[in-house]
Amino acid sequence: MIAPVISKVPQPTVTVLDYGSGNVRSAVRALERAGAAVLLSSRPEDVLNADGLVVPGVGAFATVMKELKRVDGLRMIGRRVAGGRAVLAICVGLQILFDDGVEHGNREPGMGEWPGTVELLDAPVVPHMGWNTVDVPQGSTLFAGVENERFYFVHSYGVQKWDFDVAQPRMKPPLVTWSEHGSRFIAAVENGPLCATQFHPEKSGDAGARLLRNWVDSLRPRSA
Amino acid sequence: MSLAIRVIPCLDVDAGRVVKGVNFRDLLDAGDPVQLAHRYDRAGADELTFLDVTASSGDRETTYEVVARTAGEVFIPLTVGGGVRGVGEVDKLLRCGADKASINTAAVARPDVIDEITRHFGSQVLVLSVDARRTPADGSSRTASGFEVTTHGGRQGTGIDAVEWAREAADRGVGEILLNSIDADGTKAGFDLELIRAVRAVVRVPIIASGGAGEPGHFPPAVAAGADAVLAASMFHFGPDNVLAEVKTALREAGYEVR
Repeated sequence: MIAPVISKVPQPTVTVLDYGSGNVRSAVRALERAGAAVLLSSRPEDVLNADGLVVPGVGAFATVMKELKRVDGLRMIGRRVAGGRAVLAICVGLQILFDDGVEHGNREPGMGEWPGTVELLDAPVVPHMGWNTVDVPQGSTLFAGVENERFYFVHSYGVQKWDFDVAQPRMKPPLVTWSEHGSRFIAAVENGPLCATQFHPEKSGDAGARLLRNWVDSLRPRSA
Repeated sequence: MSLAIRVIPCLDVDAGRVVKGVNFRDLLDAGDPVQLAHRYDRAGADELTFLDVTASSGDRETTYEVVARTAGEVFIPLTVGGGVRGVGEVDKLLRCGADKASINTAAVARPDVIDEITRHFGSQVLVLSVDARRTPADGSSRTASGFEVTTHGGRQGTGIDAVEWAREAADRGVGEILLNSIDADGTKAGFDLELIRAVRAVVRVPIIASGGAGEPGHFPPAVAAGADAVLAASMFHFGPDNVLAEVKTALREAGYEVR
C-alpha cells in the first residue's frame, strides 16, 4: 500500500452565503470538488473570514435583495470587496451588484457596485434557459481553459450595457464576458476581488467545474 | 453564438429505483438513478428529468435521498416531477439539490398553485407538465384547439383545452412547458408537431417536446415546430449506447446548435 501524499498546499476556505431558499447544495458540492473547504453559513465570522465568499442567487431581484438584507449580507459583501477579499456572485447574485433592477415595472435598487440596470431580456423566448456560448476577453483568469465552452443559463433579466472601464490602482481593468440571447448581455464580470457570473457554474458540467477551480485556485496565497 | 437545443433523458423513479428498465451493458446497477445520471451526463445529456412515480408518500423520502445523491455528483440541471402539490414539496426538492420542479395534476386541480410557487421561488423553478391528447373531430368533447388536457398518465380526460391551459399557465408564471403528446407517446413514430406548433403560437416560455421519439431523425422536426428542448425516455434507455450523440448529430446536421 502506498502512503497517501499529504498536500502541503493549504486548502482555501469558501463560505457559501446561506440566505433564503433554493438549490445551494450543488454550489457547495461543486466548490468542494474544486478544492475548497466549504461552509454554508450566514454567520458574520464565517462570511468575513473565509478566503472566498460565494453569493448564490435564485428568484426575483427584489426578493434576493430583501433576503440578503435580512442576514446583513449587503454590508458583509461590501466589507469584503472594500478589503480586497474575493467574492463570487452567481445569477441573481450578479444582478444585484448593479445599480438597480426593473421587474414587472418596479424599479428596485441594487448594491451599485457597478453602473447599469437589470432589465427583461429582449428575445422571442424567455426565460433564457440552457447552454450558451460566451465571448471571453483576453486575460480572463476565470475562463482560462474554457473560453470556448458552453455554460448553463437560466434567467429572464440581464444587463445589456457595461459602462465602468475605470482604471483602479493595483488592479487590472474590469474584464467583461458577454453572451447573447436576442441581444447581447453580460455573462460574467471579473473586477479585482469581485467576480460574478450570470450563468450557473455549479450546473455547467465540466466547463463549470474548471471555472470554479480557476476561482478557488485564485484564492490560494501567491507563493513567494 | 446562440442557445443550444437541449436534449433531456427522462427517468421514471419508483421508491428510489429506476423503473421500466434500462438496457446498458456498462452499468453495474441499471436501476440506480445516480449511476444512470452519471452515464447520461457522460453521454452529453444537457439536463436530466426524474419522474417520481412512487405511489406511497412513505417511499417518497427515498426519492428525496436519490435527488440529493444525484445533485451531489452530477453537475447538470435536474428537474424532478411527480407528487408536487405546492410550495412545500418544491422547497424540499430544491433543498435536496433539484433545480426545477415539474407540476401536472395539482396545477390542473388548482391553478393558483402556479402563482404561489413562482412568486416564492421565481418562474425558472417551475415546469408545467401537460399531458395532451387529441379530441375527436366531431364529438361534443372537442376542444377549441382540438387538444385536451389529461391526467393520470393520459387515462383521464379533463375537457380543458390543452393549448389554452399552456397559455394560462405561462401567464401565471411557469418558466417552461413540458409538452407531452399522449397520442404519440409510445408510438416511436415521431413527435406531434401540430401540438408543438399550436402551443408555440401562444406562449413565449421554452417548450420541451415529449412523446413519440423513435429515431434521431424525429428530433429536428420538433425543433422546427417550435421546441426549445426535446425529452425522451425509452429511446435513450433502450437505444444503442451512442443514441444521445446520434440525436445531437441529427440536430446539428439540420442546422441547429447543440452542446
